[in-house]
Amino acid sequence: MISIVRDLLKYDGRFRLAVIFLGGVAAMILLSYNSPYDPGKSFVVPWDLPPSQQYIFGTTSRGQDLFWWLTFAVRNSLFLGVLTAIISRVIAILVGLTAGYRGGWLDRVLMSLNDTFVVLPLLPILILLGFLLRERMSLFYLAVILGLFGWPFDARLIRSQVLSLKERSFTRTAIYSGSSGFWITIHEHLPFVLPIVFATTINNILWSIGMEVTLSILGLSDLTTPTLGTALFWANQHGALVAGIWWWIAAPALVTIVLFLGLYLFFTSINEFIDPRTRLRLIGG
Amino acid sequence: MGMALMRKFIFRYLIPRIIQYLTIIFVGITVTFIIPRLAPTDPVEAQVSTMVAMGSSLDPESIEAMRTALTDLYGLSGSPVEQYFTFWGRLFRGDLGPSLDNFPTPVSSMIGQALPYTLRLLIPAVIISFIFGNVFGAMSSYYPENKALKVIEVLGQVVRSIPYYIVAIVLLVVFAYFIPIFPFSGAYPLGTRPDWSSPEFILKTIEHAVLPAATLILIGFGGWFVGMKSLTSNIISEDYVVYAETAGLRKNTILTQYIMRTAILPQLTALAMVIGTVFSGALIMEVVFGYPGIGGLAIRAIYSNDYSMIMGITIYSIIGVATAVFVMDLLYPLFDPRVRYQ
Repeated sequence: MISIVRDLLKYDGRFRLAVIFLGGVAAMILLSYNSPYDPGKSFVVPWDLPPSQQYIFGTTSRGQDLFWWLTFAVRNSLFLGVLTAIISRVIAILVGLTAGYRGGWLDRVLMSLNDTFVVLPLLPILILLGFLLRERMSLFYLAVILGLFGWPFDARLIRSQVLSLKERSFTRTAIYSGSSGFWITIHEHLPFVLPIVFATTINNILWSIGMEVTLSILGLSDLTTPTLGTALFWANQHGALVAGIWWWIAAPALVTIVLFLGLYLFFTSINEFIDPRTRLRLIGG
Repeated sequence: MGMALMRKFIFRYLIPRIIQYLTIIFVGITVTFIIPRLAPTDPVEAQVSTMVAMGSSLDPESIEAMRTALTDLYGLSGSPVEQYFTFWGRLFRGDLGPSLDNFPTPVSSMIGQALPYTLRLLIPAVIISFIFGNVFGAMSSYYPENKALKVIEVLGQVVRSIPYYIVAIVLLVVFAYFIPIFPFSGAYPLGTRPDWSSPEFILKTIEHAVLPAATLILIGFGGWFVGMKSLTSNIISEDYVVYAETAGLRKNTILTQYIMRTAILPQLTALAMVIGTVFSGALIMEVVFGYPGIGGLAIRAIYSNDYSMIMGITIYSIIGVATAVFVMDLLYPLFDPRVRYQ
């Protein structure tokens, strides 16, 4: 494990950049536990101050120190992303393994449903959901909802893997030695599928954090919880751009970009490392 | 195409697509039917009371009419099965009820007015980003040493990974706020009336569309680039490409006729798959740029608590996206000779 990280640090510039970006994000998350301000309170500092040494990201029209507020926002957004990813991974693995291993009509029904969810325009459906839940919407609910919608692409990927695993000789050996289909799926196929699951997890985290930003901009998430999305929502509500408080938009945008680039670079770098063909090109072997 | 081939095409290709098309619409509409019924509050009363609390100047009769319309819209009269069938019945008649904000203008006609704005932006943007992304993606795997292509790739990747909203707001702040070369919001100057016969007005609308369209193109570009690059990276070392090179064919011919021609097919399939996502992106982008399309309608409906409009937008989006995917599936055989002559 350590040698893998060392190799990646040595040979892949993207990985180095990812480590720097994600390190910054991790530092912010740790700092949030040490924040001098309660993010739920407003008018704790002078309002509308531009970035300065005392207030690195400036202060908002609600009298909040933007830097400290954003430490909570990053933490919450990442929490949402991870929770969504866990829920949708479980569904994707279940659907993918079942469809791939069982085949037949079950496979056809599951994949037809799967393709339907891939194609459906998600945002209007989420707007309808958010609109009806309004005040009851919490970060946890949102993660569950996104988790319920975020699985189809990866389920298909897992299924196609299982289809090829099924033709391998070890599957046949397992069947002839009397193992049940369920046992084979869990003990023989799941380990092969897990690397893909890992690779798609980061993509799913990015997707769900992006969705939260989108829904918050529309005012359809839990607006009292600090997240990267609600930061932008409140900036818009107070007409930050028109009033010239540009840092209120710029700071959350910057933090979002750093988080996304960090995760994205990490994802592509790891992905190429997992694939032996691209790994050779990477390390120059 | 002979009779037997034709029959094979219909049964192997056409009928499965039609079934999938109907499945998408069926599942999508059923989901929109179920969602309001799972909501923990009584939507009708919540709606009516907010309307009244907002000091709406409607007389009791219109409020009662609205209550009936809402009960209808939420599908809350009769048994669940009856409600479900009524819901479909209304859809077939294209009757999605009146907008609550602009009572009693029908939702359908408001969506009909906004849709052209979205399509005028979305369709050219999708086509441009698809073409540019694929051409540059193929070039970058065919000319791996080219510096300019590497820079383009990195930029495309960076933009691709960031949420739509952030890309849009960054472009808006940079090109309408710090360097004010483009208008800040809207589809035409404030205070002018849409007049599609005046060239000056059309020029203005184009000027207003540049920034939103550029955002959509930028967002889509990276995905097509990466997809095409990974698809072609295996093709460039195929025997038939090496053969074409030894035969001394022009580089451009090899690139377009030999390499891209093969790799464009999975990309077209991917295009059909992402139409829903692209459409969602266009909605949020319209919100940022204050564009009067479907996204603009949606944000106004959210602020004014216009439930029937939200419902209408959801339903029309599902049908519209499903139809777009279906049409693409039908056009696909034109590009893929294997499907045509199967």
